Amino acid sequence: METIREIFDIGASFEAIIDWLREEAAWFFDFIAFVVEGLLDGVNWVFQFPPALLMILLFTLLAWKMASRGVAIFTVIGFSLILYMGYWSETMDTLSLVISAVFFALLIGIPLGIWASKSESAWRILHPVLDFMQTLPAFVYLIPAVLLFRLGPVPGVIATLIFSLPPVVRLTNLGIRQVPVEIIEACRAFGATSKQRLYKAELPVALPTIMAGVNQTIMLALSMVVISGMIGAGGLGNVVLKGITQLRIDMGFEGGISIVILAIFLDRVTQSLTHLGESKEGK
Amino acid sequence: MALVEVKDLYKIFGTNPKRAIPLIQKGETKQQIKKKTGCTVAINGATFEIHKKETFVVMGLSGSGKSTFIRCLNRLIKPTSGQILIDGEDIVKMEPEKLRDLRRHKMSMVFQHFGLLPHRNVISNIEFGLELSGVDKAERRQKSMDALQLVGLDGFEFSMPNELSGGMKQRVGLARALANDPEILLMDEAFSALDPLIRSQMQDELLELQAKMHKTIVFITHDLDEALKIGDRIAILGPDGRVRQIGTPEVILSRPADDYVKEFVQTVDKTKVVTVGTIKRPSPFLTVPKDGPKSALHLMEKHGKSVAFVVDTDRILKGVVHIEDVAALKKQGGTDLCSIATQDFYTATPTTPIADLLSAALETKVPIAVIAEDYTFHGVVDREMIIAEMNDGIDEAAGPTVFSEVLEDDAADTNNK
Repeated sequence: METIREIFDIGASFEAIIDWLREEAAWFFDFIAFVVEGLLDGVNWVFQFPPALLMILLFTLLAWKMASRGVAIFTVIGFSLILYMGYWSETMDTLSLVISAVFFALLIGIPLGIWASKSESAWRILHPVLDFMQTLPAFVYLIPAVLLFRLGPVPGVIATLIFSLPPVVRLTNLGIRQVPVEIIEACRAFGATSKQRLYKAELPVALPTIMAGVNQTIMLALSMVVISGMIGAGGLGNVVLKGITQLRIDMGFEGGISIVILAIFLDRVTQSLTHLGESKEGK
Repeated sequence: MALVEVKDLYKIFGTNPKRAIPLIQKGETKQQIKKKTGCTVAINGATFEIHKKETFVVMGLSGSGKSTFIRCLNRLIKPTSGQILIDGEDIVKMEPEKLRDLRRHKMSMVFQHFGLLPHRNVISNIEFGLELSGVDKAERRQKSMDALQLVGLDGFEFSMPNELSGGMKQRVGLARALANDPEILLMDEAFSALDPLIRSQMQDELLELQAKMHKTIVFITHDLDEALKIGDRIAILGPDGRVRQIGTPEVILSRPADDYVKEFVQTVDKTKVVTVGTIKRPSPFLTVPKDGPKSALHLMEKHGKSVAFVVDTDRILKGVVHIEDVAALKKQGGTDLCSIATQDFYTATPTTPIADLLSAALETKVPIAVIAEDYTFHGVVDREMIIAEMNDGIDEAAGPTVFSEVLEDDAADTNNK
């Protein structure tokens, strides 16, 4: 047993791969870091620059428009509470991290989902990979992220995007596969090209399911962003981490409440996207 | 002229389906082939033609391959072997671009469960086909509105599909298929998902539309009544995927090709489909002024009848004479049969369904005269002929028992006790 482990050491092999990537593909990771950082800074500026009260007003209007009056009331009370506790800036940091990570996750995940729905062999490869990604403990993502991108918000976004990718891929795939056979047949019978079929029928019909995937991805991203506080991603994760390491119950509790408020807000607002396909087309 | 010609069409589902064809030709059954090769035979050597502007109904029970068949016509399913010529071009071997063109301009399809796009309103659903072929916005809106009016959906153009009833959804499906003015309309169990009342209403409207548009319609159904009502010609598919009989509704009902078709059509109310023209018999008649009372009596005696129809030299029906009147006329020494002919009998045209004659046949003693529109005499129909036609093909064991046999059975029963 020992000898076999000496010949083929899984952990050491993984380490070797990471080392090799750091040396040979540094330019690649630097480029990714540059892009991610650019987006993150931009998003962060948008949330941090306006006065908090204005942002609360905007969030409330958004909740009212997208969800319901109840959610709007919750939003105004919840975010005021965050402001009152003094975690406004951290909350906006976390929100920017989530939005940046989700942006990249959708950019990668939706095309992957479409590909998986179209090709049986693609799905056969992606399926176990997604299972692997979802069952791997969240902390494990932090190690290669730190090694490849050093500490700070960028590895946080990268780890988050990988962790939150599976639901949107799965549900995009599922949504397109669930498009009724007769709709597909109607497209073919009326002479649609495969591109026309995708854009005019499959994606719109699958939209509610895809949006459920987007919602899931956002929620997973939020949970991961908090964990990535451990690698210095900043935001509410930092607050909670400080609460744990310094045994400051008050701080941990307040940070936790802020996260819950943000989570409920994001969930309710994005859940309304699920009903997008059922609304009237204003044409 | 044949618009669609289907030659030796086979469709077999499964891996490596071609190897099942020799087995079919050896005459093995669907089950045997399934066991040996794992392949399922859906269409089993179909050959026939569909004429321009006719409504051709393909009818069969589930599993007879009728849905597969209609999907072969626009190649949603690729046949295993055989040819499908549309205007002389074989679509089985057609290039994808050309096939797409054909689907966009020449044929369109109506689906059983409508196949509407749930995210689009009625008018943009109808526009769908035109949009795919790149027709500009103003023109496609115009054409779609025309199609919408054709199916009677005015005022619903901005409703969403989920706000409509089944019948209205299928109207949208029909309008979508009509919008690009195709030559061939494929209707796959188009009315099967609708409730009976709406279904019959849609059938009537389809017939009305067809009378105006003269499309070539291929209609798939599992409902024989629907097939008989809509079809100019009907193809009956057997459970083995083989075409059992092709013919007009009347031919199928009155001359079923084999036992399967016979059993199939047994439950149908034949009286609504079989016409007077099919069951009428020629009847001896008297011609005036050639024939007088003497030859009239002779004719009646010879055929054992108490009445005879009188026609003129152009075979135009004048009336009917009764034996007593003829005898009286002869006694008086008269010669003109027209003077004693009466007109109080029933007449029917050859296209009248026999159901319409039932009450008249029950009541009258004189046979019903079959006349054309110009009153020329074509023969007669009587009670016996109608009953004989209705009885044809019905199992005799289900009939009543002769009284003597009833008594015998009774006696046997008492003895047993």
